[in-house]
Amino acid sequence: MSDHDKIYSTRFQDKVERSTVLMFVMVAIVVAIGGIVEIVPLFYLDRTMTHLSPDVRGKVNSKEISPIVWQRQPGQSLDDWKPGDGVRPYKPLELAGRDVYIREGCYLCHSQMVRPFRDEKDRYGHYSVSSESMYDHPFQWGSKRTGPDLARVGGKYSDEWHRRHLKYPREVVPESVMPNYSFLEKGKISAEQLKKNMEVMRNMPFYPAPYTDADIASAKSAVEGKTELDAVIAYLQSLGNHIKFTEGVNYRD
Amino acid sequence: MDVVRWFSIMAVVYLVVGTLIGVWIASELAWPFLNFDIAEITFGRLRPLHTNAVIFAFGGCTLMATGYYMVQRTGATRLWSNNLAWFTFWGWNLIIVLAVITLPLGITQSKEYAELEWPIDILIAIVWLAFGLNHIMTIAIRKTSHIYVSNWFTMGMIVMITYLHVVNSLAIPVSLTKSYSVFSGVQDAMVQWWWGHNAVGFYLTAGFLGIMYYFVPKQANRPVFSYRLSVLHFWTLMFGYVWLGAHHLQYTALPDWTGSLGAAISLAMIIPSWGGAMNGMMTLSGAWDRLRTDYILRFLVVSLAFYAMSTFEGPVMSIKTVNALSHYTDWTIGHVHSGALGWVAMVSMGALYHMVKKLWNTEMYSDNLVNVHFWLTTIGTVVYIVAMWVSGIMQGLMWRDYDEYGTLTYTFVESVSAMHPYYAMRAIGGIIFNLGAWIMLYNVVMTVRQASAARDTNAVPAKA
Repeated sequence: MSDHDKIYSTRFQDKVERSTVLMFVMVAIVVAIGGIVEIVPLFYLDRTMTHLSPDVRGKVNSKEISPIVWQRQPGQSLDDWKPGDGVRPYKPLELAGRDVYIREGCYLCHSQMVRPFRDEKDRYGHYSVSSESMYDHPFQWGSKRTGPDLARVGGKYSDEWHRRHLKYPREVVPESVMPNYSFLEKGKISAEQLKKNMEVMRNMPFYPAPYTDADIASAKSAVEGKTELDAVIAYLQSLGNHIKFTEGVNYRD
Repeated sequence: MDVVRWFSIMAVVYLVVGTLIGVWIASELAWPFLNFDIAEITFGRLRPLHTNAVIFAFGGCTLMATGYYMVQRTGATRLWSNNLAWFTFWGWNLIIVLAVITLPLGITQSKEYAELEWPIDILIAIVWLAFGLNHIMTIAIRKTSHIYVSNWFTMGMIVMITYLHVVNSLAIPVSLTKSYSVFSGVQDAMVQWWWGHNAVGFYLTAGFLGIMYYFVPKQANRPVFSYRLSVLHFWTLMFGYVWLGAHHLQYTALPDWTGSLGAAISLAMIIPSWGGAMNGMMTLSGAWDRLRTDYILRFLVVSLAFYAMSTFEGPVMSIKTVNALSHYTDWTIGHVHSGALGWVAMVSMGALYHMVKKLWNTEMYSDNLVNVHFWLTTIGTVVYIVAMWVSGIMQGLMWRDYDEYGTLTYTFVESVSAMHPYYAMRAIGGIIFNLGAWIMLYNVVMTVRQASAARDTNAVPAKA
């Protein structure tokens, strides 16, 4: 028996090691399992999304708590939505601001995900729930807080504060390490591009934004004369006030 | 082997460039005036360039150089297709050039380590599959009976990265430079971190473990300590790593079951990781004295020490109570860099020095400079990760601290200003590390020039 025929492990392992095809197939199967088990159920388990979760849905139906997702009535425009009516798709200017937020890599230093801890409640507000980012293609939860979380920043500061802070952060917060974003004031928003973006958002395979034709048509007037700075401010002001949370209710499983 | 030479040289070039951008953005956080109000060089736009440069430019060129090298050596055969290998060389470098152009312009999909826009994503898929095909076909035409363990790991990486890249990059284009992910919110987050952690687990770990299993025994001139351990190491790592992504999303709006499952498997991953590290270390049994004289071996051994350390740290950080403190802080950045600088970069440097000597059939221009490089790399890495440990834990503790009246002790911005000395220290650690990279580049270029000159003078009398 030559050395090459000797089996040092199990018979099956030896067979795999001798065959390129078998090794390839085995690897292809073994590495696929974890991802399938963890990802696929998130698409069909109701409890993944707050608004689909049976407990929360029951409470919304019995009017015990405010709606999670905005139920738009026929004929209503995005401007008819009021804070607390539930999660809605971004208005045109906000969506344009979100694109600037993505372009500038804001998510690298700011998270948008409040965890259910006492200090985060005191610092930022109610913990985030999954339905709040259902129209976020791609998600902006972030992974690092070089700056504070922004999930509930909407309405906390005035537009004017944001304007000064974005342009020259250290004028308002001397210790800040954020870059100056004064160049956003020179950037214009293209209504044509924005309409295309809204169209794509409406045709997403998962959680499409329920834009009406009127919503998309309104983009032109919404961004007229607006700068990228205005758009970012509109986006920031829209964050975190969609759902009116009721104290003591468990929104997460 | 010419293509391996070029991949090796480009790896060293990208090591210098990638870490230099790292030093720059680290300095921007310490001294924000360095953003100079120029959009293209702000932190938010350069950070993806830094991660792409070190992971895909440096890491990618190292993986392709060593992948092509090992598969030929261990299979006692030539590459299946030399032309396809050159296609991957030019294709990969084209991708890097496109990244250098598009990322500072803010053209991004905003998915960490997968920022490049859809046309470049398609190009990546094509070049990656070409590399995979060439590698696997070369395994198929090998002259040896068994496939060597390094090639198992490389094959695992090729398959998994293909899955990850394709699924995570699914997007609907709006224009040539803009697209939106088909997934949203919680599902998008899980897909992204399934990709994010396995870019680490397969690209930066499995691929480099392949390097370890070839170059450590070669440089130490000893056989791998335990074949059976390597079998166990391989299959547990292939199966287990895939689950870990969910631990990046503890306490977020991701359902609890997914995060806890990720954390449980993360803890179990200590076993294969340490098994592999031990297997590499024990390969040196009986050859430990060579560490005194063999500087290349030092890189390889210290890389294994860092590998063992960060694969212990990782599972600890995935435990929910620890994660509650560490998540969102610099501790994560420190952890990544103990893996990236200590493990990935150091094992690559060892492998690259080894290959340069073999490929040009020469000694290094200066062994002393290899030693200097080794110490600069080690010290730079330690300074970097210590700074991030301290700042990360301090940040986490400051955010959750309450005073005697039951109100938060610190405002957020107080935690920002407390970070300043550590951000400066981190930048200094990065500079030390980057200095080492320059020395490596100089040493490699001089070695190649010396070897070429020697070959030319030898060639002349032969012709005459």
